Order: sequence, then C-alpha cells, then structure tokens
Amino acid sequence: MTSVLEVQGLTVRLPKGADRANAVENVSFAVAPGEILCVVGESGSGKSVTAHAIMGLLPPNQLTVAGGRVLLEGDNLLAKTPGEMRRIRGDRISMIFQEPMTALNPVMKVGDQITEVLDIHSSLSDAERRARVLDVMRAVRLPEPERMIEAYPHQLSGGQRQRIMIAAALVLDPVLLIADEPTTALDVTTQAQILRLIKELRERRNTGVLFITHDFGVVAEIAHRVVVMQHGRVVEHGATEDVLRRPRDDYTRMLIRSVPSLSPPPRAPITETPVVLQTEHLTKTYVSGGFFQKRRVVEAARNVNLSVRRGETLGVVGESGSGKTTVARCIARLIEPSEGAILIEGANVAKLSARALRPHRKRVQIVFQDPYRSLNPRRTVGDAIVEGPVNFGMSRPDAVARARNLMRLVGLDAEALARYPHQFSGGQRQRICIARALAMDPEILVADEPVSALDVSVQAQVLQLLDDVRQRFNLAVLFITHDLRVAAQVCDRIAVMHKGEVVEEGITAAVFAAPQHDYTRTLFDSAPGRNFEFGKFET
Amino acid sequence: MSVEPTILGTDSAAPAPKGRGTGWLARDAGIIFGSFVILFMVVIAVTAPWLGTKDPAEINPTLRNRTPGYAQTIRQDDGSTRTFTYRMGTDSLGRDIYSRVVYGARISLIIGATIAVGLVIGLISGYIRWLDAIVMRLMDGLMAIPAILLAIALVSLFRAGLLSVIVAIVVPEVPRVVRLVRAIVLSVRAEPYVEAAICAGTSTPALLARHILPNTIPALIVQGTFICASAILIEAILSFLGIGIPPETPTWGNIMAEGRGLFRLYPHNIFFPGICLALTVLAVNVLGDGLRDRLDPKLARRV
Repeated sequence: MTSVLEVQGLTVRLPKGADRANAVENVSFAVAPGEILCVVGESGSGKSVTAHAIMGLLPPNQLTVAGGRVLLEGDNLLAKTPGEMRRIRGDRISMIFQEPMTALNPVMKVGDQITEVLDIHSSLSDAERRARVLDVMRAVRLPEPERMIEAYPHQLSGGQRQRIMIAAALVLDPVLLIADEPTTALDVTTQAQILRLIKELRERRNTGVLFITHDFGVVAEIAHRVVVMQHGRVVEHGATEDVLRRPRDDYTRMLIRSVPSLSPPPRAPITETPVVLQTEHLTKTYVSGGFFQKRRVVEAARNVNLSVRRGETLGVVGESGSGKTTVARCIARLIEPSEGAILIEGANVAKLSARALRPHRKRVQIVFQDPYRSLNPRRTVGDAIVEGPVNFGMSRPDAVARARNLMRLVGLDAEALARYPHQFSGGQRQRICIARALAMDPEILVADEPVSALDVSVQAQVLQLLDDVRQRFNLAVLFITHDLRVAAQVCDRIAVMHKGEVVEEGITAAVFAAPQHDYTRTLFDSAPGRNFEFGKFET
Repeated sequence: MSVEPTILGTDSAAPAPKGRGTGWLARDAGIIFGSFVILFMVVIAVTAPWLGTKDPAEINPTLRNRTPGYAQTIRQDDGSTRTFTYRMGTDSLGRDIYSRVVYGARISLIIGATIAVGLVIGLISGYIRWLDAIVMRLMDGLMAIPAILLAIALVSLFRAGLLSVIVAIVVPEVPRVVRLVRAIVLSVRAEPYVEAAICAGTSTPALLARHILPNTIPALIVQGTFICASAILIEAILSFLGIGIPPETPTWGNIMAEGRGLFRLYPHNIFFPGICLALTVLAVNVLGDGLRDRLDPKLARRV
C-alpha cells in the first residue's frame, strides 16, 4: 500500500536569535490511506510547525523550509507555487484546528461556510452543492442538517462547531486530513464523540489522518502509529502498541510515565482532623437583562454542600459550565454567593462586606489555571509574593526573607525574585503562584485547574509540589479539575458536578471503582485511553 | 509521578535585568527628553512674569510686525534710557510675541491636562460596578454636546474667559477618555492576577494604582496625544470665532490664528508659538512612548 503522505527529512528554520536553529529538524514519517498517525509532543516540540509546513501555511519570512520533501501521493508539495497549493488545500488535504469557536466565521451561516469550500474547488450547481453539504453534515452526525445549515456558529455547542469544521474539511473527500489538537478545547464527553467520529470517517472514506495531540489518552484511543517529537526532532516512531508498551527512547518513557493513572493510589481516609471549610446550600444565580431585554436567570451553582478537612484534598470534577469554578470563586469570595453559607472554621463568610472580609482573606488562597495571566506582567515576581504579607502588616524585609524561603521551597532560585514573569516558563510561573498563595500562610488552598495549561511532564511536577505543600503546611485543598486522571492521583475525596449541582461525592477510590450516578459513569466512560495502563512497560 | 526533568534553576530563565546600570541613559532617553521639555514648559508658564516679558496685552501701534531681535530704546522719565529687545518680534498690533508665547504656555498646558480628569473618572467607573451605569449614561449625554455650541452657551451665560473655554473644551473630551479607560479597566479587572491581589487583601485604591492603572497607560498615551492636539485646536477655533478666550489673553492657538493672515510676510508670528506647540506635543508623545516601554518589562529588556 502506498502512502498518502510522505514527509522526508523535513527541516524548518527558525529566525535568527531563537532558542534553537530549526523549529523542525530532519523529520520523516508517512501516513497510509485509512491510517491515523498521531504526532505527540509537548509544547514547543515542533508538531504544529510540521503540520503547517505540510499545508504550506508557515508564516512567511519567519519560518522557512530549509530542506526535505513533503510528498502527497508522490507529488512534492514544497515545490508547488502558492496558486497550486491553494487548489490542493481543501481539495486533497484539509485541516481542522484546535479552537472551533475562532476557526469559524461568526457572521456567516455554517452551511455557507461548508459551501464555500465547494464554491472554490468545484463547479456544481446550487442544488447539487446543497445536497453535498447536507450529505456531509449527516456524515458527521449533526442533528437535523436541514435546519442546522441555516444556523450561525454561536447557536451551536462546541462539539457541534467542531463537527461543522470536520464537515467542511471532508466535503471534498480529501485524501489527507490534518487535525491539530482538534479535541483539546472540548469537554471529555464531547471529545469522546469527536474521536469516535474521526475513527469512523477514516474507515468509511479511507482518509489518511495526521492527528496532532499532546494527550497520550487520545493516542491510545485512536492512533495506529505514533511519532513522538521533542525539540523539533522525531525521537521515536512506531506502532501505537509498541511505542506505548515498549518505548525505546528515554524521553518517550518519561512522557508516558508522567501520564497520571486513572486508578487512584491507596490513600488513608482523613477523618480525625477538624473540618476547615464547609459550604451549606451554596447557590449562585446570575440574573441578566436590563430595561429592554428579557430577564434571564442562570443558576451557576445550586445547593452545593462540600466539606474539607485539614490536610485533605477534595477534588471537584466536572465539565465546562458545571459550576465548579463558580464554587471556587465563591469560596475565595471573589464573587458573593446568592444563598447559602461558607463556613471557614465555623465562621460564615458568605455574606460579609469587603471590609469585614479582610481578616478572612489570608485564610483562603487561590491558584489559577492560566499561569500566563495570573501574574501581573509589569511587576516582579518578588513584588507579587510580598504584596499579600505586606498588606497584612508584615515589614517588607521580613516579607522578602519569607519570599526567598518560599521560592526555595517551590524549587526555584531565591535570586529570581527580581525578575519579571515573562522570564519564566509556564511550570515555573505556576510554582511562583503557589509560593504567592503560601506567603499568606493560608489554611485553605483553592486550586482552580492548576495544571490544565501545563505540559504533561511539568504537570506531574506541579502536582507533586502541591501534594508536598499540602502535607507540609497541613492545608485543606479544594482541587478543581476537569481531568479525571489528575483527580484520581491527588484527591482524597471527589465531588462530581453537573449543571451546577453535585451529583456524586465520595472517597476517590470508591467513586472510581463504582460510580453511582449516570453522569459520573458517562464521564468515566469518556476518558480517553481509559483501558490503557500507562507507564507499565514491557521489556 | 517521580520524574523530575530539568526545568528548574537559573539556566532556563533569562538573566536578571541589570537594574540602573550603564545603559539606563540610552534606555530612558525618551522619558528624560519628554519630561525635561514638559517640565521646561511648566516652569516657563509658572514663572512667566520674571522671564523678561512685558504685558502680553500691551499694544504698540508704532512697532507693528517687527522682525525678531528688534531692539527698542525706551527713554524713561529720569532721562536714562533702557533697551527692550523683541526677541521674537511683534505682531500686527505691536504686541511682544515672546511675552505672548510665554504667557500662552499657561493656558495651552492647562487645556492639555484635560486627560487627567478623564483618567480618574474612567478608573472609578470601570472598577466600581454600581457607579458604572450612572457615569456612562452621564458621559453619553456629554458626548452629545458639540464643543462649539457648549462654548457659545457658556460664554453667553457667563462671559468670555479662560474658565468658560476650558470647561467647553474639557467637557466633550472627557467622555472619550472615560470610555477608553473604562474599557481597559473592565478587561483588566477580570485578569487572574487582579483576583489574586484581591485574595491577598489588597485595598481597592492600591489595587487600582498597582495593577490596573499601569495597564491603561499605553492606550491613554495614544489618546492623550490626540486630545492634547485637538484641545489646542478647538481653543484656536473658538478664538477664531470670537467666542473663545478674549484675544488679549494669549494662547499658542490664538497667537497663531492671529498671525495666520500675515504668514507670508511675517512668518515669525506663527513660527514661535508653532515651535512651542510642536515641541510640547512631541514631548508628550516621546514621554508617553518611553513610559509605555518602561512600564512593560518585556519591551524594556529589548531596548
């Protein structure tokens, strides 16, 4: 069987002054018809650059192809003129992107966006075109295509939008589909559906799929073969089973070993220590609308009862829109709950005014998801860590001394206090955020998706650090996450949220072993690679 | 989860900035130049009477349209003589342009300071939610008033004077600044680092000054240069229409407006106030750019 795509010795040069000479160096692989090839790597590994180079979509004057060949059914794409490439794109290769919201034009009906591809590449009549579009929409399992063809992107859910993207990519039956992290922005249950769809489509249409991802769960789920990239080089290449079970390269082994396991490790239940944080019937409703608009009431969180003991980690698990972040923000009192009580060591802080709240502020600290936005870019790291203690009356030299200790504690150089956030990597910034939270000497640490934005190897370290500080400072940790693997590893107990309500709560191991609620079961079934035990290598 | 690859330590982060070492003069040249010029203009405006000026409104029909450097010998009552040099010449009514330019700095600078009013209102409006709707509707109302009509109304209600004109210029400009600042504040206040500061117990004024205000500077600088220029222009238009600052009170705008008629014959009428105006606007720009770079550590490092 000949390959649909063959990449031979592809090298893409970075502009001068970058941290390495080539974004991608001497990369070779091939995709057979009907095969799914996963390119895996951490951020900066060059996997997206590879995809863009194949599509001829590299930013001009910044990244230039310095060598190699990209053969699409024997045709070298790198030798094509821009005009020829334009005809090939969409017709023979197409691409789907990570963010379905920004990849679709918000002021154009989705039907027209699919039709646009046909307009450019074919000379069909209007009726034929409409029939083709309806066909492909049915093929990607969109409900009621006749109605949906008239919809605008904002009227669709994230999963439906991604289906539209896939429909537009497949309408001309390309021989190769490039998917650049197509499910990263989606919820797990939606992700499972999209993965199933991609698998099914390549079977039916015999399309070769180049699937770019950072998630080994997804790899285990759909890939036939895997290419592992690091710093722009291919470090390992082989059949999925071989790479995942018998990795030869150290980096691959490290990556796979960093994937948290879905089976929770045994943990002694914490029952002796006092309850530090408790919410009673916590409810947050948002009312929108004004003089002229219809009043809309959204219940972001409804009747949430949680409790966390000293030294315990409670995981709050749910998909986007489940209200888990709302609960976290209520507890940190960044927003005021509509009803219910938040008891911090017995004191109700739910309805306190800003002034009365001030003494309680230092007791609850929060670590945010996005390490790039949670530090003020205009202030040094030292200023960020020192700010809280100084607010509460600590002298500046004392606070700086404390900050130096904390920096060492989180594994960073104390001299780095004088630097600005942009000089640190994502993982380092998250460490700084943890140091900033610890500077206040809190009793409760709210971690709102603290590792979601990090690469898997860095993720493991930050989780380890969080666990260390929990033990060391005997903190009560409220751990918000959408990632079941992470929850399984770090939480003593978990609470599953769905549509603003806690649907299930219990000891982590018990919930994972025997989920009671239907939604919990769906959630667990959707976890990619759930049947695969990572890190158990055969020799 | 026992793997600890090497991401720690000093090797992966860029070296620390050198602080105020040898390169600071070059790096902050814009700020130094800008603040120097603006400070210079302010000093001139404040100390105008002691800078060898005469009454800027004094008319001398015998010495009209003299070129710069013309020296007049004045015989005083006791018989001694004294020379007065018209450093920048005289205008068509024989007034000393040098004195007028120096005194004119006062009014032009006051008008340029409009922006500060808008900044404060915008910050408060963007951050304090319940005030927002009220302030913004008020601003919508103000934006609907044309500057020139407002000036005419104010002049007819009170009398043509400095205050009326300043109010007439400031009022329509303020909403523009308020809207701009508010939009930035609204987006910045949702940033996690602002929320982290709230959690750290930072008081509202400190939060605004430390975390939110610096983010408004880049946009404000651009808007500020527009406003400076347009305020000075509006003032000149009002003077031209005869409803502005009375012609005997000098401003850079109305000196130029008056000199415009004789521009071909006596360019010095426009030349000197024009230089001052250009220099001031340039200084505001350069200072603004410098501040923006200085406040953004990413850019500061590159310079």
